[in-house]
Amino acid sequence: MDERAPTLRVPAAAPASAGRAASPPRRAVWQTVGWLILAVALLTFPAYASGYLLFMATLVAINVIATTGLNITVGYAGLLSIGHSAFIGVGAYASALLWIHYGTPLLFNIAAGAVAAFLVGLVFGAPSLRIKDAYLAIATLAAQYSLYFVFQQWTSVTGGERGLTVPGVDVLGMGDIGFYYLVIVVTVLLCIASRNLFRTRVGRAFIALRERDYAAEVLGINVVLYKLLAFALGAAYAGVTGALMAVFLRIVNPDQFTLLHSVFFLAAVVVGGQASTLGSILGAAFMTMMPEVLRDLLELVGSKDVAGILSPMREIIFGALIVTFLMFEPRGLAGLFDRLRVGGRRSS
Amino acid sequence: MHQILEFSIIGLASGSVYVLAALGFVIIFKSSSVFNFALGEMMMIAAYLCFATTVQMQLGWQAGVLVAVVGSVLIALAVERTMLQPLLGKPVIVLVMVTLGVGSIMRGLAGLVWGPDIVQLPDFLPRAPVFIGDVLIPGRLAWGSLVVGLIAGAFMAYYHFSRAGLAIRATSSDQVTAESMGINIRQIFSLTWAITGVLVAASGIILGALNGITPTLGLVALNVLAVVMLSGLTSVGGVVVAGLFIGWVETMVGAYLGAAWQNFVPYLVVLLVMTVKPTGLFGERRIERI
Repeated sequence: MDERAPTLRVPAAAPASAGRAASPPRRAVWQTVGWLILAVALLTFPAYASGYLLFMATLVAINVIATTGLNITVGYAGLLSIGHSAFIGVGAYASALLWIHYGTPLLFNIAAGAVAAFLVGLVFGAPSLRIKDAYLAIATLAAQYSLYFVFQQWTSVTGGERGLTVPGVDVLGMGDIGFYYLVIVVTVLLCIASRNLFRTRVGRAFIALRERDYAAEVLGINVVLYKLLAFALGAAYAGVTGALMAVFLRIVNPDQFTLLHSVFFLAAVVVGGQASTLGSILGAAFMTMMPEVLRDLLELVGSKDVAGILSPMREIIFGALIVTFLMFEPRGLAGLFDRLRVGGRRSS
Repeated sequence: MHQILEFSIIGLASGSVYVLAALGFVIIFKSSSVFNFALGEMMMIAAYLCFATTVQMQLGWQAGVLVAVVGSVLIALAVERTMLQPLLGKPVIVLVMVTLGVGSIMRGLAGLVWGPDIVQLPDFLPRAPVFIGDVLIPGRLAWGSLVVGLIAGAFMAYYHFSRAGLAIRATSSDQVTAESMGINIRQIFSLTWAITGVLVAASGIILGALNGITPTLGLVALNVLAVVMLSGLTSVGGVVVAGLFIGWVETMVGAYLGAAWQNFVPYLVVLLVMTVKPTGLFGERRIERI
């Protein structure tokens, strides 16, 4: 799993390892072996996993998609978004409504969720483009609350506070396992898409924007267009997560799309590693698992009001993770992983 | 007509609370271009500190206010010294994310210590309604906004006439020149955070006294953001006008369209301002060097 983010800030690790004569072919072999092991593990996972583990794996995979999307916006293009969960909401409501009222096929609903979130992303991204930096953050915050308001108040369509109950979808007649495979396939495809995006003109333009937008403009990159695209693309990934989440949890209500959830995904990007697909995967897995581990720990300690403590604890830990990683390991878990690997090879 | 007048005055009074917090926001942004998303949570923590001293420890409200102000300043300084100064020179987006993280930590801590339910500060503002002509204003609101006016006036005087105020203004107009004139700009950053600590404590306590305190009190900061956006991120004077205006609009909408709309209005204002006049009504255009 070699995931060297095409960033201009990559430290000197790359030339050091490239200098070794034998390493490139050997690395390619190990990389292929790694991918194969991962593929086999993912494919056979349902055979030995319990229902709970399958649930968690599906949830992690779904969250990986939204984290990858946010990483495109925040990590690669350098645009701060703190309204990501609102776009997940748009995707969730769009696909749930289609499924409930028209019974359209799931793949169509997923695409529709992505398109809806993309368009809404364009609407909210547009005002912030004349200005820079923190303005987009404010616009996304406005998106977060405006969309929450719509979800909550447009009762005739969204069902208000109670939300929508979504009938289950049986994928390939295999129930939960079928859905797991579907989610894995979608996640893998979208991760590869995001990885490949940064080897194309568009992706490189995003990175140029992040590094110096004036310079990018001089190079002939349409700054406004690409900023908007980077933002809306992130929203589209969120829309896919929303569409899958709606079917997976079988309920869509406004409280799934609050600021806390947006901070969750931001923390996932920062913890995992900005501008890295591996980072998105690690971050989403870490952040999804963390509350579960926390709950177990609290129960182990024998605290009496687990539910009451869990929610504020989560906020503290999300915040602390963001601050700590930004200060001490800005490249996140992916950076840590990279360093361990390079360090290990040096010592051998 | 009489009713509209009454709502208008109530609106202006409640808008005045935003002014203080917005001033805190603006001076930090002006001097160090840090966008402080933890502002609302700083208000909330100050209000809780006041609650803890006055109600839980049964000391007088004077002690409560003192503890809240001192605590709030210390927290602001701690955040600035330990988290933001080490990151100076990093991209703005990193600093903004740090303040978001800090806000999340504060919200969680408050929830952990004081629980999710609403608590009330004792009445230290007089309850008796105030009449202007035959227009009635709720007593706490009237006295609250009077206190706000005094503090805001004191801050303005400090900002415009004191040496430290001059240093802050110099730093915000050009950091490099300010430093070469012998101003220690790191100290100025700390100073702006300390001042913000005071302003935020005052507005937090007054807001808490008006509406009660919950861990989500900080979300009011989003109304403050609307104020700042409307006035322009860099205008100290414009904040006053914008704050009163937002308070007025909010109350009018709340009175005639319903409470749910009231919460929505600030964001609408934000989006409108961004689309129409991104520098705000009184903001300056910052010229950037390539």
